Amino acid sequence: MTVYLLCFILLLVGLYGIITKRDLIKIILSLGIMGYAANLMLILFGYKSGAIYPILEKGVTPEIMVDPLPQALVLTSIVIELGITAMLVALAVRLFEKYKTFDITKIRRLSG
Amino acid sequence: MPVETWLIFVISFMILGSIVALELKDLLSSIIAIGIVGLGVSVSFLFLQAPDLAIVQFLFEIFALIILVRAFIKKDYHQEKPSRVNKILVGVTIITLIAVFFLSVNIFKSLPAFGNPLMETSEYYLAHGAKDTGSANLVTSIILDYRAYDTLGEITVLFTAILGALTIVRIKSRSKDSVEEQL
Repeated sequence: MTVYLLCFILLLVGLYGIITKRDLIKIILSLGIMGYAANLMLILFGYKSGAIYPILEKGVTPEIMVDPLPQALVLTSIVIELGITAMLVALAVRLFEKYKTFDITKIRRLSG
Repeated sequence: MPVETWLIFVISFMILGSIVALELKDLLSSIIAIGIVGLGVSVSFLFLQAPDLAIVQFLFEIFALIILVRAFIKKDYHQEKPSRVNKILVGVTIITLIAVFFLSVNIFKSLPAFGNPLMETSEYYLAHGAKDTGSANLVTSIILDYRAYDTLGEITVLFTAILGALTIVRIKSRSKDSVEEQL
């Protein structure tokens, strides 16, 4: 419960950054924070107290393993997050070359 | 110490690190400070018994740092300019987010408690995974066998994102070439 709430606070910090920051790099970093919080939340939902990692060994039965399904889905989600970050960075670099600034308010003014 | 205590410590540290990263004026410092959050997530994955994820998250952190620093280090304006901060917007946002937090407490109360997951589908995977797929690592058996179409779709998304990034970067070089040809 406390862990869930702390993880939700992390998500809200990322949302705060997206809403209030004017710098494109800060907005990309805030999106990254939200992604971290979402991934961590999914893994928190799958944790079983006292259980071990879901890899079969000698003397290990499936009853004492954590939930492997969120782990499998988050594994690909992390890699996709890297691709999305790379794409956002490429967009930001292109915008910088055109407008010579990372400030989103100035970018809007120049385009109008 | 129980796992939950460690997690509370690590996640509180991550919240502090993310606030510091967002409020620092120097952009290079804030890119470095975001590493606290990523490595904290990696350590949390280790505590939550997900070693594969911890390794992938660690690699993600290094690659993201390389991409961000490589893209933004050469820019002359890597100091955030002092701009007229809209204090009203910041205040209203903080108040709204705190309200959202307190309203959402009941939702988290209704979820299954930490440490007692609903494992209805996963019980089948855990019990039959080794027999059905022949993989000792059950996470791998889900990614590459039970949910292979999901993985295919996610790889398509990754491919599209990389293709988009390469296209966006490439427009620059092509337009430069054409300008040089015209000159």
